[in-house]
Order: sequence, then C-alpha cells, then structure tokens
Amino acid sequence: MVTIRWGKDLTDLGLLWRRRRTRRIIIQIAIAVGVGLFVFYMADKARDLDDLGFDFLSGSGDFPLSTQWLTNYESNDTLLGAYGAGIFNTVRLVVIGIVLATALGVFAGIARLSTNWLVSRLATLYVETIRNTPLLIQIVIWYVVVFLQLPRVEDAIEYSGLFYLSVKGLALPSLTIDGSFGIWVILLVLGAVAAYVLQRWLHRKEEQEGGSKHTVAWAFLLFTVVAVVTYLLTGTPLEPDTPQVVITGANIYSVSGGIQVEPEFAAVLLGLVIYTGAFIAEIVRGGIQALPKGQTEAAAALGLSGYQRLTLIILPQALRIIIPPLTNQFLNLTKNSSLAVVIGYPEIIFVGNTMINKIGHAAPVYLMIFGTYLLLSLAISVGMNAFNRSVQLAGR
Amino acid sequence: MLPANHGSATLDRFKEWGVRMKFSKYMLMLLALLAIGMIAAACSGDEDDDDGAASVAASDTLKTVLGRGNVIVGVKDSQPGFGNLQPDGTFAGQDVEYAHALAAALFGDKSKVEFVVASASTRFELLSAAEIDVLIRTTTWTSSRDIDLSSSFTATTFYDGQGIIVDASSAVQSITDLEGATICVTSGTTTEINLASRLAAAGVNHTALTLAGDAEILEAFAAGRCEAWTGDKGNLAGQRSSYPVEDGGPESLRVLPETLSKEPLGPVVRDGDTDWYDVVQWVVFGTMAADELGVNSGNVATMSSAPPSKDIANLLGVSFEGGEPTNFGASLGLSPTFMQAVIGQVGNYDEIYERTIAPIGLARAGSLNASWLDGGLIYSPPIK
Repeated sequence: MVTIRWGKDLTDLGLLWRRRRTRRIIIQIAIAVGVGLFVFYMADKARDLDDLGFDFLSGSGDFPLSTQWLTNYESNDTLLGAYGAGIFNTVRLVVIGIVLATALGVFAGIARLSTNWLVSRLATLYVETIRNTPLLIQIVIWYVVVFLQLPRVEDAIEYSGLFYLSVKGLALPSLTIDGSFGIWVILLVLGAVAAYVLQRWLHRKEEQEGGSKHTVAWAFLLFTVVAVVTYLLTGTPLEPDTPQVVITGANIYSVSGGIQVEPEFAAVLLGLVIYTGAFIAEIVRGGIQALPKGQTEAAAALGLSGYQRLTLIILPQALRIIIPPLTNQFLNLTKNSSLAVVIGYPEIIFVGNTMINKIGHAAPVYLMIFGTYLLLSLAISVGMNAFNRSVQLAGR
Repeated sequence: MLPANHGSATLDRFKEWGVRMKFSKYMLMLLALLAIGMIAAACSGDEDDDDGAASVAASDTLKTVLGRGNVIVGVKDSQPGFGNLQPDGTFAGQDVEYAHALAAALFGDKSKVEFVVASASTRFELLSAAEIDVLIRTTTWTSSRDIDLSSSFTATTFYDGQGIIVDASSAVQSITDLEGATICVTSGTTTEINLASRLAAAGVNHTALTLAGDAEILEAFAAGRCEAWTGDKGNLAGQRSSYPVEDGGPESLRVLPETLSKEPLGPVVRDGDTDWYDVVQWVVFGTMAADELGVNSGNVATMSSAPPSKDIANLLGVSFEGGEPTNFGASLGLSPTFMQAVIGQVGNYDEIYERTIAPIGLARAGSLNASWLDGGLIYSPPIK
C-alpha cells in the first residue's frame, strides 16, 4: 500500500500522480472540465448566430410537399406540420427499407454460400460492387439512369388498366374502405385467433401421434374461409380503386387513383435497400460461417433436408451472432435515408432545408434534425436490443 | 507495491467497468440530449444579445476588408448571366461583375476578389458567420430576410420575376393550362414558396417536385418527369440559353408570359454595419448613375480630365470648372476617384448588363431593368 503523509507527500506531484486513485480522479476531472468547456464554447458560439428559439415553427409553411405518407400537410399549415410530414416520409423509407434490405441481405448472404457456382458468384458480384461504391452515386444513378428513363405517361407501360409504369411513377390498384370495414376487421381478428388455436391443437396432435398434420396449411385454410365468408356477409366493404390516366389542362397526362409510388421514393428506396442489403449479406454469411460445421453435419445426419437444415438449425443459431451487427446496418440505413434530399424526396433534411430557405434559423432547424435522427436511431436500438435479448440462450 | 494477484484484480476492475459502461451508454446519450437542450435554452433566452460581440466585429467589415487586401464575396456558380462558373475556372455574370466593381472601388484593382460559392440554403449563414463580406447571389429582397435574418439589402441590381418554362411544342399557353401538371422547382428559393400560392389563387391543381438544383431539374424536365419548370425569369433565360442541344436546344423551350412574383435581386450585407452598407450600396448606385450620365469605360478617362457636367464631376470625384470636388469617395472611406476605377475596369450598369444578362436572351430595353429615363426601374439617387 502506498500511504500518503500530509505535508511533503501531498506536494510531491509525482507521488500523487503515481497513486491510482488520485490519478483517476484527476483524469476524470480533466475530462469533465474539457467537455464542459467545449459545451460552453459551443453554446457561446451559437449565441453569435441568429436566435435559437423555436417560435418560428408556428408560422405557416407556404410550400407544398410532392410526396406525403399518412399525413395531409397543406401549404398553409404550420412549419411544424411540414416537419412532421417530413418525419413520416423518413419513417416510410426506413420501415420499408429495413424490411426489404433484411430480406435481400439474408437471401444474398445465403446465396453467397451456395454450392451452386453461378449463384454464389452472382451474389459475390452483387455484394462487392455495391458495397464498394458510394450510396449517393447509386441513388442518383437509380433516379436518372433508371426511373427518369421510363416512358412518359402517354406511353406508359400498363397491364390491362391495373398498373401503370411511367416517368411519373408506378401506379398500382388499391382498395378503398367503406362503413362496414371495421366490423370485417374485427371478424378477421377472430378468424386469425381461431386459426391460431387450430394450429396449436393440430401441433399437439402431431407431437402425440407423429406424422405431419399440415398444421399451417389447415390454419391458413380456416382463416381464408373466414375471411371470404365474412367479407361477403359484411357486404364487400372494400372497393377496388384502379389507377387511371387522366388528361387535364392543356394535354397534361397524369395518373390518378390507386397507390402511387413516386420515382423519387422508388429510387431512394431501391438505392438504400440494395446498398444496405449488400452489407447485411456479409453479416449473414459471417453469422452462418461462424457456426461450427458439426451443426450442419449433425442436422444432415438426422436426415433433415437442405431447407430444414437452414431454417431449423442454422439460421436460428446464426441469428444470435447476426443481430448486433444487423442493428448497426439498420441505423446506417436510417441515417443514409437523408441522402434522399438530392433527388427531392421530401424527408426530414429536405423539409428542414426548405424551412431554412423560407425563414432562416438554420441552427435550430439543424438541431431539430439532429434530435430527430437521434430519437429514431435510439428507438431502433432499443427494439433491436430487446429482440437480441429474446433470442439469446437463457442461462449458460 | 502491487498485489501479487495484480492481473485478476485488473480483470475484476474491467468487469466492474463493464457493468458501469452498460449503464452509462444511455446516460451519455441522455447527457447529449440534455446538452443540446441546454444550448438551445441558453441561447433562445438571449435573443436581445444579438447586438453583442458578433455585431461589434461585424461593424468593422470595411476596415477588415481594407486591411485584408481583398473582398470575399458569396456568389452562385450555376446560373448563366448572374453567377456562373466557367469551364476555365473563372466566374462570370452580373453578380460577379458587381463583386469586381466592389474590388475596384476598394482597392483600385478589380481582381482583388475572393469568390465563395454560396448555396441557396447556407448563404445567410455564411454571411452572418462573416465567412463572406457581402452576398451577391441572385438573392431576393423580402421583408423576412431583411428583418429576421440580421441582413440588409443594399440596392436592387436586377428586377426579376418568377416565370414558368414549358416545352415549346406543348399546348400550355398560360398558367391556367397547367391543371394537373407536375412542376419542377429548385429547393431553397423564394420561387418554391410563390408557386403554391399563385397557382392556388388561379385555382390550378398541381404537384410541385422540388429538386436540389438546376442540374437535377434539367434531367427531370428533359425526361418528362415534370411538364413545367418554374424559377426566376433571369434564371430560366440562362438555363434556356444553355439547354443541351441533344434535348432540343434553346428553341425547344418556351417561357410563359405570366410573371408570378416580384423578385428584386441585389447585394446583401450584415445588419448594423452602416459604413460597409454605404460602400456596397453606392458602388451599385454609382454604376447606375454612370449609365444615366453616359459615362462608360470607353470615355471615363476623358470625362475625368474634362467633366462635361457637375453631376459627372461629382460621380468621378474630380473638380468641375475649378470648383472643389465633392467628398463622395472620401466620405465612404474610399479613394475620391473610386468610381473612375469602377467604371474604367468594370463599366457602368448598361455595360455590365449587356456583357452578362443580354447574352442569355433577356433584352434590357423595355424591361423593368431599363433606366428610369427609358421607363424602367433602374434609378440612382442623386450624387451630390
């Protein structure tokens, strides 16, 4: 033990520094003071900018947004409303992007390990090309070289009036709902519950008696029958809404009705999905390859088919390795969605820039953007961490 | 004196840290959020402090610029006729000419300019952060920009208005024909804001597609993604003049007759900087006065030695028929003959216009930008 004597030793800086406890305290104080000074400096600098209040958000936006998802902002709504529509547009990209990128990544990751030479080489080509080029360039290429080359609306690619693909986007038929829709949904939920009970019951029988009882198929059939019967009973609550080419003004062609997928959204989504999918493919491949070879061999020895080996033995175990790096990719996708700004998809940064253009106040707007991405990312992290805990082995 | 089991003690400590770190990751994120909140709160309470340190530094711009030996100007790099980066790396356009005119006025040498490319969305930040001395970038003078953004508009160098360009072969003759159309707009411009209100007033339903810049709009327009393209007429004329030949060239585009808005463009300086404001403003007015008085780069030397009128003598800082010259230049803190350098090296308003804006297809005669003597709005207050 080093003992400190009051007096000479306390003034002996060398000794003080050699003592682990004091050293640690000193370092911590130094770091705290450093961080504090930095924050103070930034705050002081920020004061030199325009005011940092957020009052301006209640002013009217006065600018339209070309695309909205689940929101109905109009240009005389407040700036806060515009920003909210921007958040929804970002969330639309992120949610759909994460689902599709994961599917693509898992598929490509498994394909890279395929014993089929062509499949594995194609997967390698995809991963290495996409992973090693900038996403910004990819998005611009998708937009300019692919989506802007589509035919004009008057020459749209169509299929018997059901969908139209043109430079103004893809229009798909959709369904509109009427009054009894709510009742139908409730009946549907009941049908789903019944189907689940049936599946569990068949599953138990399967375990008791052996042999396959086609549990999922029966459950699905029950659900389908319930869905169709109740749909007819409630008086067909869904009306098909097919897109149509309309001509307005002076020979201006556009497509209205149905679901519209704008080329800007499609280009960004495609860019994000393909780019992130390449990284996820590598993670999936790594996760699978990290499993001991004995797992595959044991599964094969049990007589499981290739598909069963993959879905019952390999993927569930690989999932434990895959999830943490997968979370990183989801976060990257979320942040990369901001690149949509270059081709005019109105996500958060786009709306933020327009707000800055209209009323200035760049510092608070960027602070808002910063906070929004932070919250989005934290939400994804929390969700993925919970998922991660649920698939980890309980106990050791 | 280290314990014998030093290694495992260290390991324990790491484990202990591990536990703490798990906790502190979230703490750190919370702290980060708190810090942001604090910065925001600290500063929003101090709105009245704006005239503090920043403005003190800012009010010396003239001194700073003279001391530095060059003037830093924020310009645009993609708009023919106003601020355009040339293939050889130089800038050209009316805004650029005014930057040169300022340098000539300040240093007697029009080359003492440093150009900073200012984007639509960062231009006012560049100005308020004193990264640039003056912003000359097709910036529309509006009340909110003038009042809220701590900036001051000095003079109008070009009276623009928002227009709409369509394919020459299209049947669209006026904005009412645009029902249902998609219209491309550049983000970060007042045109983006104007379009909605003007078309709504005309009862025209439309979709606005807001793209980042002129290059993207060109691509989208040529592909038929949008039927029309709106922007300041000055910009549209410039883009039309350089419309790619493979897409049909300038002749394949037509500008609609309507003007949707008032867009007075001119140089902007920081608020509360009157000396610098006066210099920028009077250099601009000086070129307009020279135009009115018929002084140009060709005759400025002869007119300086023998001024034909008192007004010309006042402008050029020379004595008229043996009288005392006015202190026009000296009172601005410049050389008394600064306008001689401006006109000699850059030219008067008309020369600048003919050199930069006329080539993109916007004639000066009969437009708002004609001299007030010819029924336009270009007008210099008297110099006396």
